[in-house]
Amino acid sequence: MATLQVELVAVERTIWSGEASMVIARTTEGEIGVLPGHAPLLGELAPGGVVTIRSTEGQDVVAAAHGGFLSVTPQGVSILAETAEISSEIDVERAREALRRAESEGDDPDALAAARRAQSRLRAAGQA
Amino acid sequence: MAGSLRALRRRIRSTQSTKKIFSAQELIAGARIVRAQARVEASKPYAREITRVLSALASSATLEHPLLNERTETRRAAVLVVTSDRGFAGSYNVNVLRRTEELLGQLRQQGKEPVLYVVGRKGETYYSFRDRPVEQTFTGFSEQPAYSDAQEVGRALIDVFAPGDDADRSGAVDEVHIVYTEFVSLLSQVPTARRLAPMDTSELEDAGEEDGERPGDSGVPTSYEFEPSPEALLDALLPKYVTTRIYAALLEAAASESASRRRAMKSASDNAEELAKNLSRQANQARQAEITQEISEIVGGADALVAANADD
Repeated sequence: MATLQVELVAVERTIWSGEASMVIARTTEGEIGVLPGHAPLLGELAPGGVVTIRSTEGQDVVAAAHGGFLSVTPQGVSILAETAEISSEIDVERAREALRRAESEGDDPDALAAARRAQSRLRAAGQA
Repeated sequence: MAGSLRALRRRIRSTQSTKKIFSAQELIAGARIVRAQARVEASKPYAREITRVLSALASSATLEHPLLNERTETRRAAVLVVTSDRGFAGSYNVNVLRRTEELLGQLRQQGKEPVLYVVGRKGETYYSFRDRPVEQTFTGFSEQPAYSDAQEVGRALIDVFAPGDDADRSGAVDEVHIVYTEFVSLLSQVPTARRLAPMDTSELEDAGEEDGERPGDSGVPTSYEFEPSPEALLDALLPKYVTTRIYAALLEAAASESASRRRAMKSASDNAEELAKNLSRQANQARQAEITQEISEIVGGADALVAANADD
């Protein structure tokens, strides 16, 4: 079976890399699923997005990715994010706290961005 | 005599305790270099990917973007200087600041007015002591920069370089330069000046060519689908690329700072050891002189007593 070579890289480190059978992400234009053999594509991930990588072993790697891009080439898929966290690393309590704080701060752009980050963390952890 | 011996012993003790501090600093700096190098390595995959994505974009989109286009008239140029927060790093800061002065001179010759942005407390004090205007300073992260620090710096620079349409244009700059210390090896760190914006598109083309040489690649440029449009992507991607470049520079500077500090601390502890050795020689000499004097006093006293007894 054909597989995808997937790399999920954040600025400070590589988060995940390996073989996968499918990648699901949401770009600014809408939800997208990438299977092996997908046409080359370059997309901007929607803010507060969650990326799901279905690895060849059958489990899903779910990650919260902020400020990122998705690049699909014949060689594989790379997901670039300014910061990204895998669901198992997410501290749900902290994300809840951050969300509450950001929401109480009103609609200043920084607070909105923080709220979106917290939401995507919660979504990735399956807690939203 | 006894006084000078005591003074010497005190100096030996204090030299030895400063030596301990220096060698501890040396060890800390040594550990930091390793960590800093690991972080430089860890940031490379992202830098490589974003360069690849950008070169893919560059081949498909028309390169019309304020961050790419040379301005017809450049009047003001922002210069970002990366120095350290703490001293004890030998000539590290002096070298960066000297390279900066060179660049400032060049810019002035070309009729551009330089505007300073400074990272690190040492650079901040250098300019404030000389009463020179600094537009903005960023401190507190020179040894262990995080990406959020680079974002803060990047946002400030991109804001002045490409202000939005409604923003006040009087403070805008037409070029952005960065001066930082490149980490060549443990023994050599070179202060380097680079232009961040407008960006040099030839770098992207080079990266694209390298990309084409990768095994398994047919060499034919891939034609991408874009989501959203190439122009919108470019808009979103370029500021991030600039921030990545700043982040990489901060990381290299941090590694260089630690390397330079380790070297300075090594020679300081060697010097302290040498000094302690010389001082203990002097102390031994003083001690010996004291003993000799005491003996001759005793002998002299005894002789005097014997002579007095003989007189009786």
